[in-house]
Amino acid sequence: MSDLTDLTVAEIRDGFRAGDFSARDVAEAFNANVAAAKALNTFIVETPEKALAAADAADRAKAAGEALKPLAGVPIGMKDLFCTQGVQTTAASHMLEGFTPTYESTVSAKLWDAGAGMLGKLNLDQFAMGSSNETSYFGNVISPWKRKGGDNAALAPGGSSGGSSAAIAARLCPAATGTDTGGSIRQPAAFTGISGIKPTYGRCSRWGIVAFASSLDQAGPMARTVRDNAIMLENMAGFDPRDSTSLDLEVPKWEAGLSSDLRGKKVGIPKEYRPDGLNAEIAALWDRGIEWLKDAGAEVVEVSLPHTKYALPTYYIIAPAEASSNLARYDGVRYGQRDLPDGAGLQDMYAATRAMGFGPEVKRRIMIGTYVLSAGFYDAYYTQAQKVRALIARDFEQAFEKCDLLLTPTAPSASFALGEKQADPLAMYLNDVFTVPASLAGLPAMAVPGGLDGQGLPLGLQIIGKALDEQTVLNAGLAIEERAGFAARPEKWW
Amino acid sequence: MTESTYRIQGATGEWEVVIGLEVHAQVTSKAKLFSGAATAFGAEPNTQVSLVDAAMPGMLPVPNRECIRQAVRTGMAINAQINKWSRFDRKNYFYADLPQGYQISQLYHPIVGEGEIEINLDEKNPDAETKVIGIERIHVEQDAGKLMHDQHPTRSYVDLNRSGVALMEIVSKPDMRSPAEAGAYLSKLRTILRYVGSCDGNMDQGSMRADVNVSVRKPGAEFGTRTETKNVNSVRFVMAVVEYEASRQVDVLEAGGKVVQETRLYDPDKNETRSMRSKEDAHDYRYFPDPDLLPLELDDAFLEECRQSLPELPDAKRLRYEKDLGLSAYNAAVLTAEADTARWFEALLAEGARVQKKSEGEVAKASANWLLSELYGALNRLGKTLDDSPVTPEDGAELLALIADGTISGTIAKQVFEIMLETGGKPGAIVEEKGLRQTSDTGAIEAVVAEVLARNADKVEQYKGGKDALFGFFVGQTMKAMQGKANPQVVNELLKKALG
Repeated sequence: MSDLTDLTVAEIRDGFRAGDFSARDVAEAFNANVAAAKALNTFIVETPEKALAAADAADRAKAAGEALKPLAGVPIGMKDLFCTQGVQTTAASHMLEGFTPTYESTVSAKLWDAGAGMLGKLNLDQFAMGSSNETSYFGNVISPWKRKGGDNAALAPGGSSGGSSAAIAARLCPAATGTDTGGSIRQPAAFTGISGIKPTYGRCSRWGIVAFASSLDQAGPMARTVRDNAIMLENMAGFDPRDSTSLDLEVPKWEAGLSSDLRGKKVGIPKEYRPDGLNAEIAALWDRGIEWLKDAGAEVVEVSLPHTKYALPTYYIIAPAEASSNLARYDGVRYGQRDLPDGAGLQDMYAATRAMGFGPEVKRRIMIGTYVLSAGFYDAYYTQAQKVRALIARDFEQAFEKCDLLLTPTAPSASFALGEKQADPLAMYLNDVFTVPASLAGLPAMAVPGGLDGQGLPLGLQIIGKALDEQTVLNAGLAIEERAGFAARPEKWW
Repeated sequence: MTESTYRIQGATGEWEVVIGLEVHAQVTSKAKLFSGAATAFGAEPNTQVSLVDAAMPGMLPVPNRECIRQAVRTGMAINAQINKWSRFDRKNYFYADLPQGYQISQLYHPIVGEGEIEINLDEKNPDAETKVIGIERIHVEQDAGKLMHDQHPTRSYVDLNRSGVALMEIVSKPDMRSPAEAGAYLSKLRTILRYVGSCDGNMDQGSMRADVNVSVRKPGAEFGTRTETKNVNSVRFVMAVVEYEASRQVDVLEAGGKVVQETRLYDPDKNETRSMRSKEDAHDYRYFPDPDLLPLELDDAFLEECRQSLPELPDAKRLRYEKDLGLSAYNAAVLTAEADTARWFEALLAEGARVQKKSEGEVAKASANWLLSELYGALNRLGKTLDDSPVTPEDGAELLALIADGTISGTIAKQVFEIMLETGGKPGAIVEEKGLRQTSDTGAIEAVVAEVLARNADKVEQYKGGKDALFGFFVGQTMKAMQGKANPQVVNELLKKALG
């Protein structure tokens, strides 16, 4: 029997049903990997007992001949942005250190109801703000990948779902949840050679997810295969009356609908995503991706998304504006950390608590957001950004009159060394340049690995689909996955 | 307009006061605006708080349809424009009674636009002048929690029971020109809210409170700088604030000073307003559309349902009482001034018409008179209201029917009513039990009449000699002898006959 931690979600599910191994075997194997990978710092809290409990329940159900739940026997990682009942939930911030929710987020509850077990709470950028997982209060997540040629630099797993991406790439879990506000699923997936999909805005309930930017935040799965993403997403999505922006639609059977036959589909190649100075290896991978999709039967057309260059500045107005308000509730009054200096009044306590509880990147975004919403600047920044956001969404609508999906790179570079971009927030923000437009338009978008660069690091391709058409996105991802034959994995050093 | 000539006599001449009110009315609803938590008044602190109200991480607001419906119905009741597309905005500021760090409100696109309310400038006189006060808008928003500073020597306590409760903010135009107009407007608004059932109007419980905007100017001049006195919680106090602020501002201006645009607080004990904060240290609330909520879109079916569910409103009811029921203008005004009164009256009327087999119009006058004189008099004496009246409309109708069909006289009715008040008994049963049934038995009455006339032969002589006024004396003696139970009409007839 091969190592159980090398199996995909589908293989674990099916092997468990076939009696090839017990759910407990699987949970123990992953628990052991988690326990042995402290050097990666992927988990903030480990919950081996929860993984075992779910596994034992699955084994008992199977022994009793009961109908098995869709994710019976599958342990997963949970990004620590999802509130989990009875398990500390921090959003990787000092502010929420020690906060234990009395409630379970809708998405995580759906996964547990589907039979999945929790291996632990995964590290992330603080309040999901960051692209390298360097803003966590609980320390950087270290990518399991290394550059080839003896360069021992610790690399970024991407962010904000860096704990999720690193843990999956290092075989600490077969799948994990992520959240994506401007690329937080797709960019870390690309950096670590795995797949991840951000569904259409409103597919997954935001209830119980610590909010960053409400109009952009979407939960989605991350895993090593496209099929695993389809399985996970089916068990995460669905209407939730507790979230006003949740879509009241049936959840499609994405796994059953998987097909890499793209005949009759048109793939749009947006010319604005090929700026001067685009990394040559990424450009080359993109070209290979185009050929793979042609090979799968798709027709390729060039399209234009003329407002693409405004997407990043628009995003960095809207997201901080919403964040500055969403994070106002962390005031030290009701839960989480409180700093109450001697003789402090209410305002002093707010100031001290927030100064102590938030990291520098969070503070930077709260300040940006506060500034763009303030009297005299609101119209120039926020109102203008909303108008541009509408134009960006219209760009996509017009492009989708000519095609069914778009193919682009996921990120402008491969993973970089931790610390390399810390000093320059703008350079860090540029990581999101290809992922942010789909977020602003609320469209489904997926990252799939396409190959390695010259340094042996993974590069990803991004597929953007029409609203609600996750199926086509997944199918194109599958076509690439089959043709790319991406089998590289990080060599274990931890 | 004679009533609009309220003037403040200053050293430099006459001043006119300009008033606008922003009324916060708590929406009658079992649940809060964006959470399922309950809204009962007077509950133990922090027992009516959901995860959403406490702004726990990851919690999201979901609009409560009933609160929206009540705001729309209120808008319809003041003939306002209902906006089929509106949106919620966040008003951001930090305070311990505001768990989210922002209040969800509607700045840019309120649910209700312009409307109007007609006020009567003299409640006591239904023929007095009326005036139309413009409504600028109504929007819905969340209430904040409550801070308690008297529970601990060094700490403040927070009660989040009110946090997230739905409020309507009803903003008038600066159309009022006297304390009386401000008072009449607030009273009328409260009446309408109670009729509609969208707010209980209990100002002493904080269900309704007013921010009073006051400025002064020389008649006909441009608007002056206004002050806003916050959270005034009675009609009387609103009038007092207007009076105090207007004369304070006149004093400031006549002393060569300037009125500062500021927020003020009213101290009812000292009957004065005090500065709370000036415009300079006003917050920058950083309003922006709440990204957790979709725009509120109302469809025609919903609006139609709201319209159908509206009751007859006070102005229409008052006119109907005058025209169809033939009540005096004064009685119609008093009976319709409060929804509860009208409801009681209409129950009395319906039951009266039923038991007497007459139309409501035929029993209306007697019913109105009895309610406003007999019942109100008794309730006043007992310190009770219609709400806890020991006599029900059904009892009242039965009593009135007994008078109408001659079973008892008006005098006996007063006795029966007293017994009803004391014992809660039914009038018919009381009449039977106490033997109070009025007699029209001519034989019995004739006998008594004969006896009375025989006992007072001297007075009979005087009467026959032209002293007509003595007739009443004979009536009284006869009734007395019959313990009030004789039918007065029969007594009259028989006396006339006997006296020739």
